[in-house]
Amino acid sequence: MAEVQEVKKERESLFSKKNRKLITDPLNDSNPITVQVLGICSALAITVKLYPALVMSLSVLFVLSAGNVVISLMRNLIPNRIRIIVQLVVVASLVILVDQVLKAYVYDVSKELSVFVGLIITNCIIMGRFEAFALGNTPWKSFLDGLGNGFGYAWILLTVAFFRELLGSGQLFGFQIVPESWYLSEGGFYSNNGLMLLPPMALITVGIIIWVQRSRNTELIEEN
Amino acid sequence: MDVNKNSYTFTFAAVMVIVVAAMLSFAATSLKPMQDNNIRLEKMQNILSSINIEVSREEAEEAYDKYITKEVVINNSKEVSGIAAFDVEMSKEVAKAPMERNAPLYIADKDGETYYIIPMRGKGLWGPIWGYISLEKNVSTIYGATFDHKSETPGLGAEIKGESFTSLFPGKEMLEDNGSFTGIQVMKGNASGEHQVNGISGGTITSVGVQTMISDCMKSYVDYLKTVKTASAGTMEDNRLATIDQ
Repeated sequence: MAEVQEVKKERESLFSKKNRKLITDPLNDSNPITVQVLGICSALAITVKLYPALVMSLSVLFVLSAGNVVISLMRNLIPNRIRIIVQLVVVASLVILVDQVLKAYVYDVSKELSVFVGLIITNCIIMGRFEAFALGNTPWKSFLDGLGNGFGYAWILLTVAFFRELLGSGQLFGFQIVPESWYLSEGGFYSNNGLMLLPPMALITVGIIIWVQRSRNTELIEEN
Repeated sequence: MDVNKNSYTFTFAAVMVIVVAAMLSFAATSLKPMQDNNIRLEKMQNILSSINIEVSREEAEEAYDKYITKEVVINNSKEVSGIAAFDVEMSKEVAKAPMERNAPLYIADKDGETYYIIPMRGKGLWGPIWGYISLEKNVSTIYGATFDHKSETPGLGAEIKGESFTSLFPGKEMLEDNGSFTGIQVMKGNASGEHQVNGISGGTITSVGVQTMISDCMKSYVDYLKTVKTASAGTMEDNRLATIDQ
């Protein structure tokens, strides 16, 4: 009976306004880090340099969108009583897969990320999206939702890493940006801000991003 | 179909576990050779960096073949044959008594000078620490040192990896003038003399771990190295006599 009704429904185009919102919303209005305040730990730990932050973002992007699709494909088959376990198994196996690939192809970065790749399993963004979205939506929509949230996570991570690497070590992606002649040791006036390399500054940077975001988007400000 | 039946739930769980296990073991097995190669090249990089040769991972193998002229395994102060020094796992060896270990020793030839590279492994605060120390021809003076760790605290114990710590080692002496073994003491500041270096403030347990690691691992080598020293001194003596004869 249900199937007949579904056929009658008008077919939605792949990039309808509603579907596009699935990608754009998490970038700003419902950003997983700055608005939902999830996945903060990794944002603090691996944003000292841009390169590991990029690899971490891509890993989360992959795990989130692939996992969303898998969960969505199985959504009518998963027994309700063990659905959380099923979600955990899916995210854990995807994360192990990512970890193995990183160890084989980008060994240095995988060493730098160390436990944090494994900790993607406990990243609340991922279980949150599985539970709140993928279990009730079609694979395509879930894929878009995964991409949206992944990018929402990625741009915050990359922004934080950009400022931390630039001000903390004068480099971007390992390339020297601040001219050598500016440094005190070379007779200049500049010195790297060592505080930027420590985790507390990541928290403060995320805080500043949240501040800027809320001052531009007043709808996000909670009423007291 | 009732997806909430007990029998369905069990079947679903069982099938899922089998599928996931098969998929992951396939991925792990097919990527293993590349991962092992990465680990091998990193070990070569570490050995080379203890004699101050920094190479990228791609160049590691070539440079290793160029500089490391000999690998020996020492057991109870004697060379043993039939074991590849590079494949000896220090983590298993340090569990044995120093004289029963199969201790690998790498002999390097850099710019005509001979260096003895000794692998080390010990305990830090949170997990294993390891490293390589290279000795000059007199088998006492440290030429270079490199350390690494699994899970020491960033900014504190993890600093043993940093140059600020490893650069304290070159020039220090392992042996006393009379030939007895002293090792390196890691001090809480005010290090002086040729057997002491300053530890890392806030990383005392890891620093002491380095000291213990050095004295523990060196035990398997000291006697052998002394014989090497006497042998090479002997050849030098012979050479000199030969020159005088002429």
